Amino acid sequence: MNIVVLVKQVPDTEAAVRPDSSAPARIVESGIKFIVNPYDEFAVEEAIRIKEAKGGHVLVVTVGPPRAEEALRTCIAMGADDAMRIDDSQLPELDALGRARLLSKAISKSPFDLILCGKQAIDDDLAAVGTFVAEFLELPHVAVVTKLELANGKAICRKEIDGGAQTVELQLPAVITAQKGLNEPRYPALRGLMLAKKKEIAVVTPSSLGISAEELRPSYRVQQLESPPTRGKGKILQGEPETTAVELVRLLREEAKVF
Amino acid sequence: MAQDDVLVWVELKDGVVRRSSLEAIGAATQVAAQLNSSVAAVVVGNADQQTLKQLGDAGALRVYRVEGADYVQFEPCRYADALQAVVKQSSPGLILMAATALGKDLSARLAARLRSALATDCIALEVNDGQISVVRPVYAGKLRAKVILSGPSPIVTVRPNTFPVPAAQTNRQPEVTGVTPEVSAVLRKVALRETVYSTGEMPDVSEADIVVSGGRGMKGPENFAMLVELAKLLGGAVGASRSAVDAGWMDHQHQVGQTGKTISPNLYIACGISGATQHLAGMSSSKCIVAINKDPEANIFKVADYGVVGDLFKVVPLMTAEIKRLK
Ligand SMILES: Cc1cc2nc3c(=O)[nH]c(=O)nc-3n(C[C@H](O)[C@H](O)[C@H](O)COP(=O)(O)OP(=O)(O)OC[C@H]3O[C@@H](n4cnc5c(N)ncnc54)[C@H](O)[C@@H]3O)c2cc1C
Repeated sequence: MNIVVLVKQVPDTEAAVRPDSSAPARIVESGIKFIVNPYDEFAVEEAIRIKEAKGGHVLVVTVGPPRAEEALRTCIAMGADDAMRIDDSQLPELDALGRARLLSKAISKSPFDLILCGKQAIDDDLAAVGTFVAEFLELPHVAVVTKLELANGKAICRKEIDGGAQTVELQLPAVITAQKGLNEPRYPALRGLMLAKKKEIAVVTPSSLGISAEELRPSYRVQQLESPPTRGKGKILQGEPETTAVELVRLLREEAKVF
Repeated sequence: MAQDDVLVWVELKDGVVRRSSLEAIGAATQVAAQLNSSVAAVVVGNADQQTLKQLGDAGALRVYRVEGADYVQFEPCRYADALQAVVKQSSPGLILMAATALGKDLSARLAARLRSALATDCIALEVNDGQISVVRPVYAGKLRAKVILSGPSPIVTVRPNTFPVPAAQTNRQPEVTGVTPEVSAVLRKVALRETVYSTGEMPDVSEADIVVSGGRGMKGPENFAMLVELAKLLGGAVGASRSAVDAGWMDHQHQVGQTGKTISPNLYIACGISGATQHLAGMSSSKCIVAINKDPEANIFKVADYGVVGDLFKVVPLMTAEIKRLK
């Protein structure tokens, strides 16, 4: 089983991100810790489990600047076999369609049975790249998957929908995006970390994939990043519960008028 | 002439139009006015006359309709085929839908097929010099991005509970056009086996006006009954922090936050939740936030409009009793 996992390096969930005053569409990167997108970790974990159960090969692919190789090494340390970085440092503006185009082209150059990735990246929160790749490669696809079984060339997936779940069966090769609940990602073992340090990471460029900058011109352009408006200082009640509970209900009814 | 319509995908649940889809029509109406165009709706599945009229009343001049046994259950690939056929026929200037689970799935598929710009989960939408610009929370709500969309038929999904439901104009019969999609080859490789809705009289957290949420401070699953009672009394839903979900007290469907659901109810009541950034990511765009926590330093108080410092096991039942008394 050849599995490709699409990963993205993103700021840590705890990181205080702020717009860069000299480039307001970007964040200040200095002082920020970068991690593997948490949803992608579920995808990596699932791939490794499949490999452990059925044998196979796991390739992790990212689109990103050189620093993103650290995320690839984390995946290798978890148990992925190979890694590839598609260098986007020459493309200051790249949108999700462009990233998906690069990923699809790179993936299509080698054989695969399954493509896994997170259901969304926690930086742009777009929830689209996995689906885009599936559509570009004309593959069957299920998003937001919390359970995956493979048998007889098919994938049986449980997918979350609002207020329920669907079970969908797909013929492989297919694309699946991971939701929390799929598994519990492992921490890399020491041996994995040693291996990852030495691992050669393949680097490809858009032009080596035969894609021109023109084709990658974004139709989604961030003009500006801003902090959300701060909320006014709230009314915090202290004292005996008998008084505060009643006063809270009064405020919610009479002042906030929420019920 | 249908050219340059703002096209809205209308989602049905049990044959009924979801409120978030009406909100999307509301948003579409505002933009259409700025673009000097009109609003068209597309409904896939079996819509009755009443539904079609409801869409007309909400502001859709035209309704494209894709019907048949194949379209009763949501199957994103089939629905993408349906929307693609409608787009081919109507060449809309903009496509809108609600950022529900199904809306997110469908919008991404359609955007890839049309090579259209996609902006999901938007909270503002406007037209500047004929260009569509949106505002969407990014970095889990820590920042907001103003994004310009270009190219043909950009697709925008709007966050539920953010745009107003349009006031119904009575007796507007929309012009109804039936569309028969071509079925894409990939569909032969996908089979929808089953759709199950979790039974429960409560709305989903992503749709509720009021959400009463519990965290690790709830101490155990049995205590969630207290929140269920309050939520029912207010016609709302029950949410949970990741700690409560990870402890197995509540199902993941209820989780609010970065790895849970993003919600914007009118009222969010956080009980025994500390207010970690990943939790705030899911609920900080709620209109009114209430925190009940015994720790006066808890981070949740920083975003709360109203807070009670105290033991939730005392405060919540007293609140419930007071609301009952007033009703
Ligand atoms: C990648 C990632 C993703 C995450 N995604 C999410 C997510 O989607 N949603 C989410 O919620 N978290 C998420 N988290 C976890 C998050 O960081 C916090 O761990 C979690 O939100 C804490 O949950 P809590 O507030 O219920 O528990 P705690 O932080 O333990 O807080 C419990 C609170 O209850 C109060 N309390 C205790 N007893 C009482 C009482 N009797 N009366 C009143 N108050 C009481 C305490 O004072 C405390 O403030 C994520 C973390 C990571 C790393």
